[in-house]
Amino acid sequence: MMDPSAYLLLSGILFGIGVVGVVVRKNVLIILMSVEIMLNAVNVAFIAVGSHLGDVTGSVFAFMVMTVAAAEAAVGLAILIAIFRLKETIDITELSVLKW
Amino acid sequence: MVDGILNYLWLVPALPLLGVIVNSAIALFAERPLLLAEEDHGDPGHGAGDPSHGPSARGTSAPMGEGHGASHAAPAYRKLVAFVGPAVVGASFVVSLLAVLALAARPAHDRLFVQVLFPWIQAGTFSAPAAFQLDPLSSVMILVVTGVGFLIHVYSVGYMSHEKAFARYFVYLNLFTFAMLLLVLGSNFLLMFVGWEGVGLCSYLLIGYWYEKKSAADAGKKAFIVNRVGDFGFLVAVFLIFWTFGTVEYTEVFGKIPGLAASGVLTTGIATAITLLLFVGAIGKSAQIPLYVWLPDAMEGPTPVSALIHAATMVTAGVYMVARTNALYLLAPTSMAVVAVVGAATALFSATIGITQNDIKRVLAYSTVSQLGYMFLACGVGAFTAGIFHLMTHAFFKALLFLGSGSVIHALSGEQDMRKMGSLRKHLPITFTTMFIATLAISGIPGLSGFFSKDEILWKSFSSGHGHVGLWLVGTAAAGITAFYMFRLVFLTFFGDSRMEPEVEKHVHESPYSMTVPLMLLAVLSVAGGWIGIPHVLGGHNYFEAWLAPVFAHGAEGAAQGGAHASAALEVLLMAGSVGVALCGIGLAWYLYRVRTEKPKEIADRVPGLYDLVLNKYYVDEIYDVAIVRKIVNGSIWLWEAFDDVFIDGIVNGIAALVKGAGEWTRRLQTGVVGNYAFSLLLGAVILVGFLLWS
Repeated sequence: MMDPSAYLLLSGILFGIGVVGVVVRKNVLIILMSVEIMLNAVNVAFIAVGSHLGDVTGSVFAFMVMTVAAAEAAVGLAILIAIFRLKETIDITELSVLKW
Repeated sequence: MVDGILNYLWLVPALPLLGVIVNSAIALFAERPLLLAEEDHGDPGHGAGDPSHGPSARGTSAPMGEGHGASHAAPAYRKLVAFVGPAVVGASFVVSLLAVLALAARPAHDRLFVQVLFPWIQAGTFSAPAAFQLDPLSSVMILVVTGVGFLIHVYSVGYMSHEKAFARYFVYLNLFTFAMLLLVLGSNFLLMFVGWEGVGLCSYLLIGYWYEKKSAADAGKKAFIVNRVGDFGFLVAVFLIFWTFGTVEYTEVFGKIPGLAASGVLTTGIATAITLLLFVGAIGKSAQIPLYVWLPDAMEGPTPVSALIHAATMVTAGVYMVARTNALYLLAPTSMAVVAVVGAATALFSATIGITQNDIKRVLAYSTVSQLGYMFLACGVGAFTAGIFHLMTHAFFKALLFLGSGSVIHALSGEQDMRKMGSLRKHLPITFTTMFIATLAISGIPGLSGFFSKDEILWKSFSSGHGHVGLWLVGTAAAGITAFYMFRLVFLTFFGDSRMEPEVEKHVHESPYSMTVPLMLLAVLSVAGGWIGIPHVLGGHNYFEAWLAPVFAHGAEGAAQGGAHASAALEVLLMAGSVGVALCGIGLAWYLYRVRTEKPKEIADRVPGLYDLVLNKYYVDEIYDVAIVRKIVNGSIWLWEAFDDVFIDGIVNGIAALVKGAGEWTRRLQTGVVGNYAFSLLLGAVILVGFLLWS
């Protein structure tokens, strides 16, 4: 029965870094990476708490998140390439046609 | 078993309905495609229904001369319509006749037959079956409706033979017959109301038969709208009857009257309210003051329609209704007085207008209004039998007069102005003879039908307990005027020198047999129709009164009370008096329109104000226009422009503008920049988590 607080702190810090990355960065590639960081921060929390409670569900869920993250990255990168071919930019502030 | 025929009573209205179904199928699937095709090809030669094509506005809409008709090859469907239309009504007449004979074979107290077909409306304590009631009153009505109706249907085949929309005409005419039979045969007030509205609808459709002509379309609308005013009164009266009696069946309502009157539920006040409201309905339908204005305009319709609907049958529905509810009227002396006064006033008022009219059909229209006034005068003084008697005889001679005028109009290629007629006696011998007989009948010449019914009314208005010498005076004066204007019509039309336009005169011809035979049959009825009601004082037996006695049991009491102070000698004296007045009217007409033909104009010039007043129908239409029609129109315009366009639309558009404004502002939140959305997502998450942690 380990103490999960250190892991949870790490998870929180990683998540915060991811959030800040998503909100402040303009490069879509960086934003996608930041999303990955956030997802993995959550994985850390899952495994820590699962280990703390002696429940494998946490670990199982971490694998689930990794799978989803892999799929998300694949789709996200594909869209990114398509956008770049069309617009020749991956600056998120310039990709603002989807509005009224 | 003679009585068994009564079980086929439902056939009486069902047969005309069959005609409606067959004829409307023909009208829709055979006639309409043909007319539409003709319209597409732009065929001006056959513009019989289109006023813009003819020499005069009226001329085109009336049947053309023979030469024109010959080029018109009749399609087969027209022959079918010409057979089905009259045949169903004729068959209905035969069934009616047999049913009435079966009823007459019963003892007098048992002459009431109710045939329940099916339960029609059931809601809580309210129930109204679809049922027909045959009693002496409704049997008189169905015989008049189907009998006169049949003759007019036959006449129509000839009169309308040059019309393009031939099947449509017979659909309406059959539908009218069906609705009218429903009105008189229905065993409850609700069924009567259905028939009442049905005949109103057919009246509207037939007045506006030549709907391309604006005056005809307007006249149809006028008839319909004016009648709505009356129908409102009728409907409220039916509600009141249900509220008071808990039923709308005639037999139940009239059966409950003595009990409810004794227990104080049915007070004189309620009876007065019901009867006055019913009378409002009668005023509308039967064209009495103040709602008579639609009937003269209704002459825009084809002449057989004027004869059937606006003279012989539909307009008498009000009289039938008052007679049907006689037991209620007798509880309300005020209503009786109102009916009598309105009837007498209408009789005199419209008779005076009849003097000055130049349109042959309008003279007859005002005459009809006047004669309907007589019938209400009779009902108002408690002489319901006399009212129904006059209804019947009037149906004969007025239908004949209208059909005769139709024959004249037909012969003159649509000319209706009597100033452009004259000397037609030689050209139209049958029309002249039959119309002359009808004129004698309406004038009250002894021996003819009109004499017996009119004098019965005048006598009762004098002698009955509800009567008054003033009513008698007004009635007698109107009788004199009637004789005057009717002979003026005859003299102007058939005597003197021809004032026809040369072009018209070339085509003058007697009408075909399909038109003259109904005229002759109606002439026989106009003479002999009164013989079933010869009063006792003239050595007759008044079979008609005895026949209707079961229906008017209360009425007979009322009339008998007053009859006590009347003697046979007085009755004969009054009769002689009214005949004398009628003869004076005829003599005056002879003097003014045969001997000194320049006199009428001189008289008119001497009193120009009065003459113009009467010629323009006392400006009643204009007064209504200013006092009511304009106000409603202006009010409606205000409702449209001020209330609807500004207020209602303001609310709706205001809400829309508000939403739009809000959208204009909030759309700025949607920047399209994904970072902003991510930030608001974060913000929302933070707020949510914060809320969960600290609440």
